[in-house]
Amino acid sequence: MISKIVPDLAAATAGIQDGSIVLIGGFGGAGQPHELIDALIEHKARELTIVSNNAGSGHTGIAALLEAGLVRKVICSFPRQADSHVFDGLYRAGKLELELVPQGTLAERIRAGGAGIGGFFTRTAVGTQLAEGKEIRHLDGEDYVFELPIKADVAVIKALKADRWGNLVYNKTARNFCPVMATAAKMTIAQVDEIVELGDLDPEAIVTPGLFVKRVVRIPTKAKA
Amino acid sequence: MKRVTRDEIAARVAQDIPEGAVVNLGIGLPTRVANYLPTDKDIFLQSENGVLGMGPAPAPGEEDYDLINAGKQPVTLLKGGSYFHHADSFAMMRGGHLDICVLGAFQVSRFGDLANWSTGEPGAIPAVGGAMDLAAGARDVFVMMDLQTKEGVSKLVEQCTYPLTGLKCVSRIYTDVAVFQIEPGGVVRVVDDMSGAGQEELRRMTGIDLVF
Repeated sequence: MISKIVPDLAAATAGIQDGSIVLIGGFGGAGQPHELIDALIEHKARELTIVSNNAGSGHTGIAALLEAGLVRKVICSFPRQADSHVFDGLYRAGKLELELVPQGTLAERIRAGGAGIGGFFTRTAVGTQLAEGKEIRHLDGEDYVFELPIKADVAVIKALKADRWGNLVYNKTARNFCPVMATAAKMTIAQVDEIVELGDLDPEAIVTPGLFVKRVVRIPTKAKA
Repeated sequence: MKRVTRDEIAARVAQDIPEGAVVNLGIGLPTRVANYLPTDKDIFLQSENGVLGMGPAPAPGEEDYDLINAGKQPVTLLKGGSYFHHADSFAMMRGGHLDICVLGAFQVSRFGDLANWSTGEPGAIPAVGGAMDLAAGARDVFVMMDLQTKEGVSKLVEQCTYPLTGLKCVSRIYTDVAVFQIEPGGVVRVVDDMSGAGQEELRRMTGIDLVF
């Protein structure tokens, strides 16, 4: 009998290697797998490259992961926030590499990584600093910039419900990057509020089919500000 | 000349949004446009974090932090609204399915080039979010901004000096002085002199050979 459900956070993060590329779901707090990030800090894999929309705020979540000194590089679209002091300090001190990517290009690079697409051309960022050094191709009367896929070792995401095969449904805008990230990692780990029996999730409503998910851990949480 | 308030600018933008339009309102000032959309028309507000059919802010105590807008503020969902993931959300933009986005700006050139993500100051933390995707993808890009900086320098310029967000993407600029339309070849037409500044004063303030 296949069951992807693991008993706790230590089991969920077991085996994550130093130097891994880690996708972290969430947009601000919504969809961010706080407890799995805390488990990454406990697990202490170092020299990580993390891919997420934001780079943390305050001293929790991604900010805590950065503060623990476990991250070498951040790939994100919007690191600057009112209270992104941890990122700001490390970046200014030259202790953290930043690859800034437009938000839609970030989502599509991850989608391409999960879908086996070797790269794509987009009009986003043409003529800007973020296209510098990249191939430009004139297609159908307009300039497009070439972007590479992002493939990861690990994805940590949050969902509302899962079954033992790893099928997932999400909650409102906490969905955000999680379904695309689930497709683009060798090991996708989902923390979920609730685990249900096989057959209890409406097949028409399953957003992430279980084949994309390797581990599920139940962490009942409430969305926070 | 009587400069118009930010709420009056927002109300003026709302006038130009037709029924049935799919609209993304940027973080900050553009969010206010939502307060002036006619309630008797169906207008679809999209937010890039995966929601279409966004409603107003929830009543105090009703906030759900799994239901937020791009500014990470709690919102509500209208009947008929839907959720989707980030790749689909930006496919809506790049694929030409988003009619209008309303953004703030540091500068707009007379050719419609937009600068709104970075002042290029050394040591500043860069952050772009969805601005470049919206600029490149939305069918119409409306900008809301003060016409001049606090120092009295025009933000409608011959050529942007700040780092660009997108090339030739802006179609209309709504300011505290007038509404400008960007037309092909760098032609800037004044479509609404809301402050009553007059032709001569508007040309003086912008340094651009405006068309009326």
